[in-house]
Amino acid sequence: MANIVEVRNLEVEAVTDAGRVATIIDNVSFDIADGEIVALIGESGSGKTTIALTLMGYARPGCRISGGSVSLNGHDMAKLGEGECARLRGVEVAYIPQSAAAAFNPAHKIMDQVIEVVRIHRLMPLKEARAKAIELFKALALPHPETIGERYPHQVSGGQLQRLAAAMALIGGPKLIIFDEPTTALDVTTQIEVLRAFKSVMQGKKIAGVYVSHDLAVVAQMADRIIVLRGGAVQEAGATEQIIKRPTHPYTQALISAVEPALFAGVNAKEEATKPPLLEINNLYAGYGGFSDNGLPRLLAVKHIDLRVPAGHNLGIIGESGCGKSTLARAIAGLLPAVTGNIVLDGKALAPYARHRSREQLRHIQIVFQSADTALNPAKSVSEILERPLMFYHGMTRRDRAKRIGELLDMVKLPRGLGNRRPSELSGGQKQRVNFARALAADPKLILCDEITSALDTVVAAAVIDLLKELQRELGLSYIFISHDLSTVRAICNDVAVMYAGEKVEQTSPDKIGQAGGHPYSRLLFDSVPKLDQGWLDSLKQDEALLEAYAVR
Amino acid sequence: MTIDTVSAGRRASYRFNKIGLMSLGVILAWALVAIFAPLLAPYPIGKIVNFEFFAPVSARFWMGTDYLGRDMLSRVLMGARYTVGISLVAVALACFMGVALGMMAAVLGGWIDTVLSRLMDALISIPSKLFGLVVVAGLGSSIPVLILTLAVIYTPGSYRFARALAVNINAMDYVIVARARGEGLGYLVRSEILPNITGPVLADFGLRFVFIVLLLSGLSFLGLGVQPPFADWGALVRENLGGLSFGAPAVIFPSLAIATLTISVNLLIDNLPRKIRDQGA
Repeated sequence: MANIVEVRNLEVEAVTDAGRVATIIDNVSFDIADGEIVALIGESGSGKTTIALTLMGYARPGCRISGGSVSLNGHDMAKLGEGECARLRGVEVAYIPQSAAAAFNPAHKIMDQVIEVVRIHRLMPLKEARAKAIELFKALALPHPETIGERYPHQVSGGQLQRLAAAMALIGGPKLIIFDEPTTALDVTTQIEVLRAFKSVMQGKKIAGVYVSHDLAVVAQMADRIIVLRGGAVQEAGATEQIIKRPTHPYTQALISAVEPALFAGVNAKEEATKPPLLEINNLYAGYGGFSDNGLPRLLAVKHIDLRVPAGHNLGIIGESGCGKSTLARAIAGLLPAVTGNIVLDGKALAPYARHRSREQLRHIQIVFQSADTALNPAKSVSEILERPLMFYHGMTRRDRAKRIGELLDMVKLPRGLGNRRPSELSGGQKQRVNFARALAADPKLILCDEITSALDTVVAAAVIDLLKELQRELGLSYIFISHDLSTVRAICNDVAVMYAGEKVEQTSPDKIGQAGGHPYSRLLFDSVPKLDQGWLDSLKQDEALLEAYAVR
Repeated sequence: MTIDTVSAGRRASYRFNKIGLMSLGVILAWALVAIFAPLLAPYPIGKIVNFEFFAPVSARFWMGTDYLGRDMLSRVLMGARYTVGISLVAVALACFMGVALGMMAAVLGGWIDTVLSRLMDALISIPSKLFGLVVVAGLGSSIPVLILTLAVIYTPGSYRFARALAVNINAMDYVIVARARGEGLGYLVRSEILPNITGPVLADFGLRFVFIVLLLSGLSFLGLGVQPPFADWGALVRENLGGLSFGAPAVIFPSLAIATLTISVNLLIDNLPRKIRDQGA
């Protein structure tokens, strides 16, 4: 097979804020054969997207391809001017972005946007283009292929929109498609359909692809070869099977071991039942919008929830987007008042509103959010951020505070010198640790962790989970760990509650979840989590009735 | 050693560029003039010093004389006091009220937000010149009345601006964490929101200052501003309007004074050091 892409000694430079020039891609070389899918895998900042974009002759603002060659079907994209690159984009090479929702213009019909490439490059008459688009919709297993193009982007689901983005990329008949984390923002049950559609189209049309992702299990389903990147350089490259079964590079080994963490070695359920609960929730209802006639909110996000968290235990709450898991956390923290139901902490009922709770009650429950970027005030230094709860809850003097901040930073394994930095000067993992240290500063009994590892790279997330476990041993904390990622929850929780459409459908121990006899939705969720096994997607058999009932298509 | 380089880097980014420096110089110069005007003015401002009215520029009268034969230089220098002083107090009042209420509305939300916002909308709907005319005509023109009127006219704009920025910050997780901690309104506004909107709010302060200078000059031009024998720059333009056909410098210099001040403020805002501009937004 001939190579469609040949990248040789690629170098990309970026100008930093301080005006220095840094080499962010260093001497990268690889080939892609006709019809082959190559995955670029690595954590954020590893340069995977930057490399993928150079295949279109594009470098993000502030970056510049400074050396090497990127040959695509005979054109050197690194040397071509902007106009010449534009002529090739959409026809020779096409791009599927991570967030299709942001890639579609909400003001235009889907069909007009899908065939825009045809119009720009004048490839064929528009009528023919529409027919071809409908063919593609069928090939991508979209419902109502004849009419879906007449809808607007907000009228289709996230998974459908991602497949429509693929149709948009395919319409120009490109020889190479770049997938930039196309399923990262999707729920697992939706992800499967999208992956299947991508795979069948790519195989059917024999198009070469570059699949950029941080998720090894997903990549194992899609790619023929995997290139592992770190810090802008290739660490290891090889056939998919070799990389996932016999990784040679230590970094690849670390990546692989982080995919499926060990189950939480929990205390048995009997012992748990005898302990007095730290937190007990009975018949909780919460929602948004005004009240309707029956006294409940118009948009009920959480219905009839009963939970028990014994002291020193962890409860995992799992579910897909929109299932009400974050709303539940907000109701417990008093940010969104529960309409009915009791929240009992240590035997005392808590007021629904945070402002009606005593300072001591507030101190016992702390909340940590997913996005470390928005959870830290950019105008304050790390010490100032950590100082506030110390002063607010404990009324510490300046000297005590300084000492305690040092201890807190030690606890979350950050160097003490970090205290003078601003959040913008920290990495994602460091920010999340500061975030956690702020919660610890209150000396809480219960920490609500709302998707705290979702925005982190696999290896970093695994380290944060280890830290959480260690702190629990030392401080006797309890966590309510909210996540959409089953394997993370299973790694840290004694008990897992599965939520669907605002209700708790099942609560069980982490090793029993998804097994026969459990709730059908839990089984569907469990089966939908990609496994680190090449044949998983192809051999996966899903219960159509279950999908019909629970999956958002 | 590393600490030194970091702090040097931070200091460097507080530096102004050339245009910023020049406009800052002009503004500072006018501010000094406003403070030291009585010492700088060569003649008493109300005194007729020359029998020739609308006199040209000369060694004795650097800016010529006005329609009564008074020294223009002295009058422009003293005018700076009124124009800069009144505008500065008015803009400080307007921005303080607007920003404080805007942040409060954003944080509290609910009916307080609705009531405040509709009230401000109602104020905004009254044409500013007309409002100024009615108030000044009704209450008579004195400096406190002028300042309050100008402040009230420009509060709603500042409120809208600050509220829009604060609503965005208010949705950030760090504000939610602070709420969950049990923090009150004062802390949320002062420590979590204000530091993240200072950049744009400062820019808005400058722009609003310019608007107020122009509105004050407009009111004075209509005879409702500072009353004779004292005069701000707008009043100076009106007094000497008759000289325009003779090409008298008496009407040109106060106009130039208004222009240099307002343009400098605008240029300064556009060329603020990056460090300040990047605070928030």
